[in-house]
Amino acid sequence: MTAVTAAEAGLFACHACGLLQRASGAAHDLACARCGAGLHFRKPESVARSWALLVAAYVLFVPANVLPVMQTGSLFGAQTDTILSGVVFLWVTGSWPLALIIFVASIVVPAAKLLALTYLLASVQRRSTWGQQQRTRLYRVVELVGRWSMVDIYVAAILAALVQFGGLMNIRPGPGAIAFGAVVVLTMFAAESFDPRLIWDPAEREHA
Amino acid sequence: MSASLIACHECDLLQREAALLPRGTVRCARCGATLYRDKPGGLDRTLAYALGAAVLLVIANAFPIVGLEAQGQRTSTTLLGAVQTLYDEDMALVAGLVFVTTFLMPALEIGALIYMLLPLKLGRVPKSLPAVFRLVNAVRPWGMVEVFMLGTLVSLAKLAHLAHVVPGVALWSFGALMFLIAAAAASFDSRALWAKVEATR
Repeated sequence: MTAVTAAEAGLFACHACGLLQRASGAAHDLACARCGAGLHFRKPESVARSWALLVAAYVLFVPANVLPVMQTGSLFGAQTDTILSGVVFLWVTGSWPLALIIFVASIVVPAAKLLALTYLLASVQRRSTWGQQQRTRLYRVVELVGRWSMVDIYVAAILAALVQFGGLMNIRPGPGAIAFGAVVVLTMFAAESFDPRLIWDPAEREHA
Repeated sequence: MSASLIACHECDLLQREAALLPRGTVRCARCGATLYRDKPGGLDRTLAYALGAAVLLVIANAFPIVGLEAQGQRTSTTLLGAVQTLYDEDMALVAGLVFVTTFLMPALEIGALIYMLLPLKLGRVPKSLPAVFRLVNAVRPWGMVEVFMLGTLVSLAKLAHLAHVVPGVALWSFGALMFLIAAAAASFDSRALWAKVEATR
C-alpha cells in the first residue's frame, strides 16, 4: 500500500481543529472553514524558525548556567548560587531527592531538549528516512517534558518572596534566572515551530 | 469535503476514520499518534471540571500559599505577592514569566472553556466561538500549574531546615487546581464540540 498524505491529495488538515478540507484560491491567507485558523500544508518556515529560536537558546544556555540564579544574604555573609552549585549544595547537605529533581529538571532536560531539537532539525534537512517513528516519538517527548524546566524559576520566585528577614537573611533571584527562563521559553517556541510532518515527507517521494 | 477521511496531525497520513470502541483510542496507522479517543461524559464533564477549576483559581490566588516563621518574624506570600516581589527586585522578565504561566494562561484556558461550553449546554452558540477555540489551543502549553506545584514543594523542602513552614490554604487549592485543569484538558473533546455546534446552529 502506498501511503498518501493529505498534502499530496491537495487537502488541508487544519492545525487547530483538524478539519480536512479542500481550499481554493491563492496559497496565502487561507482560513479554515470551521475554526478560522490559517491553513498550511506544513507549518510556515518551520525549519528556519526552529533553527533561529534554537540558536538563541544555545547562546543563552551559557549565561543561564554560569550566572547566579539565587543570591542569599545573611548574618554570615553573602552567597551566590548557580544552578549547578545549588544542586551540589543540596546533594552534600543530604537532600539528594531534591538535588535529583533539580538536576533533572534544570540541567538534563534543557540540555537534552537542545540536542534533540538539533538532531530533529538536522535529520529533517538531510531528508533522512531513518527511524521516522522513533523521531516522531522523540518529538512528542520533547514537547511533553520541556515545561518541567520551569521548576527552578518557581523555586527562586517563592524563596525570594518568603525569605525576607531583613539583615538576618534574605534571598534574591540572580541574573541567571532571566537567562534560564529565556532558554525554557525559546526552546518551547522552537518545539512549537517544528512540524513533525516534515519527518515523514521524504519517504513519500520514494514510495510514490 | 470528505467526512470519512482524517489526516494525522503528526505525519499527515490520510486514512479512513475508524469506529470508536467505548473508552477506546484510534491511533494513526503509520506514526502511532492518537487521532481521537472516546471521552466518556462528553462536554458536560469538561464544563464541570472547568467550573470547579474557576472556583479553585480564585481561592488559590486570594490566600497565602505558604508562611514562614523564623526568629519570631513571620512572612507569607500569595502567588501574586511573589510576582510583585520579583518585579520590585528588578526581575520584571521573570515576574512576567511567572505571572503568565501560573495565572494568566490557566485563567484564560478555564475562562475560554466555560465561555464555549456553558452557552452550548444552554442550547446556543456563543459569539466568536471559533476564535475562542483557537485561543484554548494556543494557551494550553503555557499553563504550568503542575510545574509550579513541584516548585512550591521543592522550596518548602528547602526551607524546612531553615524555619518553621506553615502551608496555606492556597497550597491545597493549587494542588486541586492542578488536577482539575489536567482533567478539563484531557476530557475536552473537540470533535464533540464541533458536532454540538453543528447540531445547535
